[in-house]
Amino acid sequence: MKRHLLSAADLTRSDAELVLETAEELRSLADRPIKKLPALRGRTVVNLFFEDSTRTRISFEAAAKRLSADVINFSAKGSSLSKGESLKDTALTLEAMGADAVVIRHWASGAPHLLANSGWVRSSVVNAGDGTHEHPTQALLDAFTMWRHLGSLDGRRVTIVGDVLHSRVARSNALLLQTLGAEVTLVAPPTLLPVGVEGWGVETSYDLDAALPKADAVMMLRVQRERMNAAFFPSAREYSRRYGMDARRMGTLQDHALVMHPGPMIRGMEITADVADSPRSVIVEQVTNGVAVRMAVLYLLLGGSESALGGTTDVAGDAGKDRTIEGADGSATAGGAA
Amino acid sequence: MTTTYLIRNARVLGGEPTDLLLRDGIIAEIGAGLTAEGAEVIDADGLIALPGLVDLHTHLREPGREDAETVDSGTSAAALGGFTAVHAMANTDPVADTAGVVEQVWRLGREAGHCDVFPVGAVTVGLAGERLAELGAMADSAARVRVFSDDGKCVSDAVLMRRALEYVKAFDGVIAQHAQEPRLTEEAQMNEGELSGRLGLRGWPAVAEEAIIARDCLLAAHVGSRLHVCHVSTAGSVELIRWAKRNGWNVTAEACPHHLLLTDELAATYDPIYKVNPPLRSATDVEALRQGLADGTIDVVATDHAPHPHEDKDCEWQAAAFGMLGLETALSIVQQTMVDTGLLDWAGVAERMATTPAQMGRRAGHGRPIQPGAAANVVLYDPAHTHVVDPTETASLSRNTPYAGRELPGRVVATFLRGRATVLDGKLT
Ligand SMILES: [Zn+2]
Repeated sequence: MKRHLLSAADLTRSDAELVLETAEELRSLADRPIKKLPALRGRTVVNLFFEDSTRTRISFEAAAKRLSADVINFSAKGSSLSKGESLKDTALTLEAMGADAVVIRHWASGAPHLLANSGWVRSSVVNAGDGTHEHPTQALLDAFTMWRHLGSLDGRRVTIVGDVLHSRVARSNALLLQTLGAEVTLVAPPTLLPVGVEGWGVETSYDLDAALPKADAVMMLRVQRERMNAAFFPSAREYSRRYGMDARRMGTLQDHALVMHPGPMIRGMEITADVADSPRSVIVEQVTNGVAVRMAVLYLLLGGSESALGGTTDVAGDAGKDRTIEGADGSATAGGAA
Repeated sequence: MTTTYLIRNARVLGGEPTDLLLRDGIIAEIGAGLTAEGAEVIDADGLIALPGLVDLHTHLREPGREDAETVDSGTSAAALGGFTAVHAMANTDPVADTAGVVEQVWRLGREAGHCDVFPVGAVTVGLAGERLAELGAMADSAARVRVFSDDGKCVSDAVLMRRALEYVKAFDGVIAQHAQEPRLTEEAQMNEGELSGRLGLRGWPAVAEEAIIARDCLLAAHVGSRLHVCHVSTAGSVELIRWAKRNGWNVTAEACPHHLLLTDELAATYDPIYKVNPPLRSATDVEALRQGLADGTIDVVATDHAPHPHEDKDCEWQAAAFGMLGLETALSIVQQTMVDTGLLDWAGVAERMATTPAQMGRRAGHGRPIQPGAAANVVLYDPAHTHVVDPTETASLSRNTPYAGRELPGRVVATFLRGRATVLDGKLT
């Protein structure tokens, strides 16, 4: 693993598989009476949120706490319109507090990249969603969910439907799923596919009905109703008719195919309530898996050994010694603050 | 009583070594083995002599943003870059849209004395794109404005653009258009292409520039006016200007040094030092600009020197300001991209960086051939020198150079403004 997780492209296939395997081990913790490991005791994880996202923050917070890390939540005001708190000043504050990992959510694409490369902080940086760029832990939890249901993703077909243009989830998934050997098809109206998508190595289609019968998993992306005001599509009704997942379309899927959604859903827009609540839908499970995957990411970035549950006494101390470092500059955190 | 300078063995426009005598503000004599009593002798062995450079596109930031640049600091940077005149863009605060403001900027330039400052007048009041500024009053002012531009913003309203093109004919003015269709570029951050899609940065498509250029060329032809296109950045734009020239229309264009060297790949660093408007484009566009500049489709190199305080670049890409410094590095970049590549000789450089921009700005005292009797606006340049760009060494109040740490060829050794040295030994006098 590299020292930071900024993009799904930072993960090699073996990195990604290690995260999934570690997440699987950690997920079993959810069934235990005491849902806590001492692995990151004495470590500090900062959730730095420049954009509101209660669900993502809670997921990271739960993940860090289950590994016994100290958690600091830091919400900074600001938007693309009013700059507000400067990333630099905030980063310098966190550095002074001695954060071991900074989980950052930001409205600006590239903000985690800037934080990791600016020299402002020495901690590991985890991208928890940046602008319309990436959301790598979401892609990991999506892959984890598929992997648990479908086994290896080699040769599996995953169809991602909706507002690809503005979706960080789509970007990270397109990268990670291909790393794991899956074939990705992006389905959207032409207005919501980015210029240059031909270079992503994925298939694209404007026709949802044609893509569904071959899919092993279908991921519905959130589509904001307001996009119609910028002429991305004529109306919510037309969007739903052409690109929404409803019972009829669900009926054309293979028996084993999964229906997924990164949340928060807009029921009736991209997905109907009966589909979201159907047995094929793994949307609730995605949330559970999110915690396990984020535990795995924090654990591995902060010096975890390959087996997360092995040797639970003084794990933090052992972890530093045992850690395999694959990233070029991984050495900076080896041993760490434990 | 100004110093008389005897410049020994300078290669005028890269030709054979000869001596130049600068006396009483003019080039008094040219020839081998000149002598002059009491003259300060400058050994120009290996140096090239060019007419003092003229920049058509400089942001001096004064009045209003004296934290980023002042007329004094900006013209210091200009002199160090070999310029004897700059055209100061109108997007100051207050906007240079009245005779009062343009005269103020012009006077500040005279007081600073590093190079001549020719203010550009705003086309519309407050750059708001709604009604014409008093173009005639600015033309008649002491600043004698001939170039008008809303640069930073596009005159996107077709009727307003037509009227502006027509109106300035009365005083031989030119409209310099910042070609950017506003609706196609709302919140745009970088060149639209595969990389913008991957990086999740809002795209600034080539068509937003080209659509305006095509329209403006047609408008200029229709009303028989003079159009200048600022900072051309795409291969398609070069092709459109080639087409307009082939039709005999009065259209000129400029390219910026950064667009001749840098590409949009640099945006992948998310370092806003590379954020500029129009954005850095693809390698294909860079090549087309070089070819266009070589064959005369693009008439001039202009810097679009755009200083910004540190905090406006030390932040998220999306929150950062557009623009980069350019005055002190322009000639080096042109050497690297045009001369060292064999696309242009030094006479061609002089034409594109001095003669033509002076003519377009209607500034008869600048851009004259280096001949006896001409105003002694001369730059001495050492093309054999190489240096690594250190942002702390700039005379600008800002540090936003995209070339920090790069090795660039060449060095301005001396600059003379009407016979007076503004730069000697690579330093301000
Ligand atoms: Zn401009």
